[in-house]
Formats: sequence, C-alpha cells, structure tokens
Amino acid sequence: MLLKDKDEHTEQQIANPAKVGQQFDPEEIDAISPWKDTLRQLTRNRFAVIGFMIIVLFVLLGIAAPLLTPYAYQEQNLVNRLQPPSAEYWFGTDHIGRDVFTRLAFGARVSLQVGFFAVSGALIFGTSLGIIAGYFGRWIDMIISRIFDILLAFPSILLAIAIVAILGPSLENALIAIAIINIPIFGRLVRSRVISLREEEYIMAAKAQGMKNGRIILHHILPNSTAPIIVQATLSFGTAILEAAALGFLGLGVQPPTPEWGQMLADARDFIQLAPWTLIAPGVSIMLVVLGFNLIGDGLRDALDPKMKN
Amino acid sequence: MEDWGDVMFAYIMRRLLMLIPVLLGMTLITFSIVHLIPGNPAQVILGETASAQAIADLEENMGLTEPYFVQYGIYLTDLLQGDLGTSLRSKSAISSEIWPYIAATFELTVFAMLFAIFIGVNAGIISAWKQNTWFDYLAMLIALIGVSMPVFWLALMEQWVFAQELGWLPAYGRQESRDPIAAITHFYVLDSLIHLDFDRTVTILKHLVLPSIALGTIPMAIIARMTRSSMLEVMKSDYIRTVRAKGSGQFLIIYKHALKNAMIPVLTVIGLQAGVLLGGAILTETIFSWPGIGRYVYEAISYRDYPVIQSGILVIAFIFVMINLIVDILYKKIDPRIKY
Repeated sequence: MLLKDKDEHTEQQIANPAKVGQQFDPEEIDAISPWKDTLRQLTRNRFAVIGFMIIVLFVLLGIAAPLLTPYAYQEQNLVNRLQPPSAEYWFGTDHIGRDVFTRLAFGARVSLQVGFFAVSGALIFGTSLGIIAGYFGRWIDMIISRIFDILLAFPSILLAIAIVAILGPSLENALIAIAIINIPIFGRLVRSRVISLREEEYIMAAKAQGMKNGRIILHHILPNSTAPIIVQATLSFGTAILEAAALGFLGLGVQPPTPEWGQMLADARDFIQLAPWTLIAPGVSIMLVVLGFNLIGDGLRDALDPKMKN
Repeated sequence: MEDWGDVMFAYIMRRLLMLIPVLLGMTLITFSIVHLIPGNPAQVILGETASAQAIADLEENMGLTEPYFVQYGIYLTDLLQGDLGTSLRSKSAISSEIWPYIAATFELTVFAMLFAIFIGVNAGIISAWKQNTWFDYLAMLIALIGVSMPVFWLALMEQWVFAQELGWLPAYGRQESRDPIAAITHFYVLDSLIHLDFDRTVTILKHLVLPSIALGTIPMAIIARMTRSSMLEVMKSDYIRTVRAKGSGQFLIIYKHALKNAMIPVLTVIGLQAGVLLGGAILTETIFSWPGIGRYVYEAISYRDYPVIQSGILVIAFIFVMINLIVDILYKKIDPRIKY
C-alpha cells in the first residue's frame, strides 16, 4: 500500500545516520531530556492543552458520576418522560423518563473504558507482531504482513460488525472487535520503524557484543519506537470511541440498561422532533471527546516529530 | 530505457498477483463468520424453538455436515462461479438480488465523494491562499470538528434540522415510495435521465443531498486539511517562484501551476477515504433508509441471515480492495517517480 511505502520513506529519512549523530550532540544533552522537551512543547501548544482539558473534564465526569446526580442511570420515571432541560433534569429526560445527564456521565465511563482497553489491546498485540515481523523478517514477516493486509482489506467498521456478528453483541465483544481492527494499524507502524532501526550501527554493535535478540528488542528497538506509537495510540483512542459508538448505535455494542452514547443516540432517533435534547447531548459528548484526543494527538506529533509538522 | 507501457503492465500484473493471498484471506474470514459462531450455527440461525428436523435440514442445505476444508473448498468453488449463496430470508440467490443494493451504495458514495472533493479541495486551496486569515482558521476549525464527528450523529442532526424542522429535503429513501422508478441500471439518477423524466431527476437528487453530505463530511474534512498543507508546501517551491516572477496572477498560479503537484498526496488521501465511505455507508444507509448494501448486511444481521452477511461483507471488501488498487495505479501514472 501507498501509505506504508511513504512511511518507510520518512522512517529512513529519520534513520539517517547523520541526523542520529546530531541527537547525541553534547550541547543537546546539556539542554533537557527529550521527554521534558516534549512536555514543554505540548504545554505551549494551545490546541493540545484544550484537548487535554476536554479529556480531563470527561474523565472527572465519569469518575464523579454518582456524586453529580441524584438519579440512577437505569431509573425510569414515566411521568416525567421527554422533559426538556431544567434545574431538576439538567439535560432533560429520555423516552422512558431517564435523566439524560446521568446517563451521559455514566456513559463517559463506558466510552473511555472501551477506548482505553481496545487501544491497549491493539497496542500490545500490534506492537508485538510489528516487532516480530520487522526484526526477524523473512517468512515470519511475510505471514504477519499478509495478515495485516487482509485485516486492512475490510473497511474497519465492517470488520468490527463481522466480528460482533460472530461473537454476539455485548460490551466485551465490541471491545474485542475494536481492538482487532486496530491491531494492523499499530503493527504496520511498528514494523516499518523496526525495519529502519534494524540497520542502525548501534544495533549491529549490540549484536556483535553477543546481546540476545530479546534484550536488543527490549532495550534498543522498543524505546526507539515509542514516539510514533504514542502518537498513534492517542489518535486511535478517539477512533476507538467513535467505532464503539457506531456499534452501540447499531445495537451491536453495550446492551441495555447500561448507558452508552451511541446507543443513547439510537434511542433518541425516534423522538427527534419531540425531544431534540436527547439527540444533542450524547452527540456533542462523543464529538468533544474525539476532538480532545485528536488535538492531543496532533500536538504530540508536532512535539515528537518536527518533520511531520504542517 | 524501458517502455513505459511495459513498466505499467508489469506493475499492474504484480499488484494483481499480490492480491491473490489477500482475496483468499478475505474469503477465509467471511467463511469463518458462520463457522466461528459458538455452538451449532444451524441452531443459532433458526433460534431456540427450531425442531431437530429443521436444524438437520438446514445443516444439510448449508453443507455444514462436511469437514471444514471440504466446506471451504465448496465455498471457494461456488464463489469462483459467481454463486454468492442463497438468502435464508428471501430464499433467492444473493448474486441475483444484490445488484440494486450495490448500485444504491455506489450512487450514494459517488455523490458523497464529489461533495467531499469539491468542497474539501477548494476549502483547502483558499485556506492555503489566505493562510492565517479568519477564513483559514474557520475552515480548519470546521475540518477539525468534521473529523471528530460521528457520521450517524451528523445524519440525525441533518434529518432533524433540514427534513423535520425546515422541511426542505426528504429524510428517507432514494425516491418517493408511492411513485417508484422503472429501474434499468439501478443508478436512479442515470435511469431518470434515460427516461428523460427530469422532474424525477430533481426528486432523486433531493433525496441524495442529506445522505451524501453526512457521508462526505469526514472525507471532506480530511481532504481539506491535506490540500491545505500540500498546497503550502508546493507554493514554497522554486518553480512557483519562477511563475510568479513571470508575472502570473495568484489565481492562475494556484489553479494552473500549483494544484497539479499539490494534488498528488491529496489523491492518496482520497483513495484511502474509500474505506471510510464504504464503512460509513452502513451507518448512513441505516439512518436514511437507503436501500444500499450496508443496510442489506445490517438487516441480515438482525434476521441472522448468515449467507447474506457473508456475501455482503465479501462484496464490500472486494470493492474496497479494487478501489485501492485503482488508486495505486492512478498514483503511479500521475507520479512516475514512485517505485514499488
């Protein structure tokens, strides 16, 4: 695929020995550690800070959900169904009289958890496979790369739907499906990074010293691959939340009564005219969280890899 | 130097050969959809209350009693002969009923893509032209929100505002359901033109507006961002300085000289968006009751119509792979420096 080739191209540029030499310029070392530098650049990036604040807000909303609201998320109050926003019901009530704000707050837990676990799973498996493929090459690379090709041959949400169709609709299965569709994204990224790292002189030196493969991977390859992985993980966090919401919307994710934003939108669909607030609140929440992760991801990319800056 | 035609031919052949393992892998996955269902697939399909006889019949019918590799062999042979199986719900051959759905999705994605490219490319160009002005900031803010928005939410908001509150555009379907078109190609815009029924063309185009915008917004945002950064890059190059020195106006510089080179990375992005579109089509079609292939698969899931799920997914993935192939070939044609 085109993208991969382009990646490898830039990876090779990054791996240019002359540039690596510059990294160890004594003056640079005197300055500050790369992580501190990244953090400093990130805090100077206004958009990344806004993104970070949005995410913190939703994390706090999820954690403090039971304290912020007197209602339970499954509590029905049929007398007060489809009530507009008021002091009593901040974001109104839905078609069976559940408080929208309460469900939104508890929904934040679900969405952030799905994002976290799906991305962690994809990251662990994708990175491992990518390292194995890139480091050992030959037939192992052939097999793993073809598996990635096949997984990427499906539009991602379609593959997720297929997996859920096999496993049955539930939160866990939606999570597994989202993790699987994101594995090749991490896998390819890491693979191309490892392939360029493999040819570096310090890796050859480590090999010449008799260092074992496992140690080389853990001490040299992995630490030098973290920057692109972190950027991708942040961006994937947003996509995973979008994908989870899509599955929830199609009724293939979390099952009721657990509140999930996508599913709340599916419920709201039939009451658009009567109660637009049931439609607006969950939609805006999904958008803000995804926007937050995108802003942080863009900021991280600019900070970690100045070459990719627009 | 080798003949350009030979190079292209060799390249295309190599890409086609590389496609074989991917296609086989895809069929393996769609084959597994039925066979990885926990428990007895026939039981799952027919539900808890099915009689033992009905289950045995279905197993026989679907060939579930054979060993896996035999079943996979039969599945592949059938596929190669163009047999996509039989829908359990409609009892008719999937290969004969799938075309209208594909055409519906195709029509929708084409219009979505036209919207995405036209607005995205122009917004990107103007943003680059007027860099750091209010237009640039506004366009990029909209683009940023566009990539973060769930397709289905945008679709629902459109329905609420433009169909229900304002009543400007229809919220459901491809046409007035009381007055269906006599379909020829199943591309309704084309069909209505063939019939020379231009009032109908307008109606059909009106039905296309909301779903196309919903589906096209994410690609539009991505294309706009890509065009802007690519344009800024090209505008810094030496040949643009030369054109400027020649005294050409800004408009001519941008649209005649810069655009061609700036479009190379944009074209890649456009190709990659095909997957987003086909995936997004499932959600958009569900919301707008658009009788496309995404909705065909989605409805099959609720009816546990596994042959349709299998073949529908396979067909979408196949289209996706083909689009990627075509984009790669076009890409090489536009920029011969690319080596694979």
